[in-house]
Amino acid sequence: MTKNKIKTNLFGLLFALPWIIGFFIFGLYPIFKSLHYSFTDFNIFMEPNWVGLDNYKDLFQDRLFYKSLSNTLFMIAIGVPVTLVFAFICAFVLNMEIKGRALFRTIFFMPSLVPIVAGTLMWVWIFNPKYGLFNIILKSVGLKGLNWLTDPSFTKPSLVLMGLWGVGVPMIIFLAALQDVPRELYESASVDGATEWRKLINITLPSISHIMLYQVILAIINYFQYFTQAYVITSAGGGLNVASGGPANSILFYALYLFHNAFAYLKMGKASAMAWILFIITGFVTWLIIKAYGSWGNYGKGG
Amino acid sequence: MEAGVIMGREVRKMLNKKIVNIFLKYFILLLITAMFLFPLLFMLSTSLKSIDEIFTRSFRLIPKVFHFENYTNALKTIPYLRYAGNTLFITVFNVVGQLLVSPMVAYSLSKVDWIGKRVVFVVLLSTMLLPYQVTMIPLYIIWQKLGLVGSYVPLILPAFFGYAFYIIILRQFFMSIPDSLLESAKIDGASEFQIYWKIMLPLCKPALTTVAIFTFLFTWSDFLGPLIYLTKQDKYTLALGLQQYMSEHTVAWEQLMAASAMFTIPIIIIFFFAQRKFIEGVVTSGLKG
Repeated sequence: MTKNKIKTNLFGLLFALPWIIGFFIFGLYPIFKSLHYSFTDFNIFMEPNWVGLDNYKDLFQDRLFYKSLSNTLFMIAIGVPVTLVFAFICAFVLNMEIKGRALFRTIFFMPSLVPIVAGTLMWVWIFNPKYGLFNIILKSVGLKGLNWLTDPSFTKPSLVLMGLWGVGVPMIIFLAALQDVPRELYESASVDGATEWRKLINITLPSISHIMLYQVILAIINYFQYFTQAYVITSAGGGLNVASGGPANSILFYALYLFHNAFAYLKMGKASAMAWILFIITGFVTWLIIKAYGSWGNYGKGG
Repeated sequence: MEAGVIMGREVRKMLNKKIVNIFLKYFILLLITAMFLFPLLFMLSTSLKSIDEIFTRSFRLIPKVFHFENYTNALKTIPYLRYAGNTLFITVFNVVGQLLVSPMVAYSLSKVDWIGKRVVFVVLLSTMLLPYQVTMIPLYIIWQKLGLVGSYVPLILPAFFGYAFYIIILRQFFMSIPDSLLESAKIDGASEFQIYWKIMLPLCKPALTTVAIFTFLFTWSDFLGPLIYLTKQDKYTLALGLQQYMSEHTVAWEQLMAASAMFTIPIIIIFFFAQRKFIEGVVTSGLKG
């Protein structure tokens, strides 16, 4: 190696070093430490005490663990498609020939800037059964108001609805992807007499499918980590140290239950086991979707 | 003559269809606009109403009388200004840390030709998918053993090691700077550090601004970090303090909405000044990350 080469290598390493050190301290070490904790009985007042698989056994017999998992899966099954379709519709509308596009884009995006805590508390008010915006509207057209956040069968759909309001980031990404679709494709399709619907199905959607895939993965991972909204709603009015899962535990989500275990029940070993199960699920979901997409992609190319 | 009539009918049909399409288009557009805008207006409207007017079942968007004192009262009910100061303190240090470190790492991973470059970048990308819960508890224990839980250190120090998200945005931008520019500086005898400091950073001001904006927004709004690490009320950030408008039996909705509006305004202002950069940043990280 020449002297120059060595110098360059050293320089590169030196500049990347802060992140590499940070990765070991804030990434790698904690990842393995939490695996270790997951096999121990442990909290801030005691040293970790090895218990083998007890935490995992405990979880697999824990009714609330399954509840938190099924609540989270509900959000993924309903929330991901609803949110992404809505984000796509918004982006699609913004991508049409409209006057004042910049203004509308700003308005569509603005709710996503509101801090989650402030936004969630605002929605708690909007969902207020007596004086909230929604029930006032429903009652004014002669309908009965709903118990948005107090009826266990409405709480999760209400949260999905609330999530639609903050759809800005995927919307902006879809919009950019739509603008990247080559104009000529549409023009030649028009010449061939294709309808708008055909263009959407045959040109637009295939062109942005990789972005769509990325958004789906991100949305699923985000729902597994869905915390702040649920925490704010369940602790609203009760101070900061309440461990509640909402009406009939209907919004006890995975990340929320994990947090309760770690910081309210001080079962940090159990919480670490939950974290590692989450880690494995996240990795698996990502792998699965990418693999599935790979075979669709090839199928598309073959056809 | 006959053909002309048919042509006219066809044209009229097409024209009608076009008008219907335009009407439909703007109808959907305005519907979505209302969906996004109305909750915000409801928040502002509540923040300006008297308590009596809030708790009536007939709804008016524009308050009968504007109660601006809700805002000054909101500042007194909780130590709002103190919390705002705390939030700003944490935010400023996070911005400084990110701006100092993330561009260095991004430069190393884009323009310096060294052996570890690819490996480090792949690892960096994969950390983006790491759920924070996996590291949350061990990190808490580390800070606790160091006696730093309750201080701002756990909320500030990690920023000085750079975040993957910002490094990716910066790297993308650095890659677009032509190598020839750096080569010619090298021939003129500039060291790698000089090239980074005197050529790269000034050229990348737009990307640095993007990172500063994102860091500001995320830190300003962050809830989980302060929730875990801030134990004493006098150190609270605004995100934590907002809940103090609620007690077990009553909620001061008008003050809570006023405080929420004041909490959001700095973000909206920054967004208006840097909208283009902000959106570019979202797109870069979303499309190419």
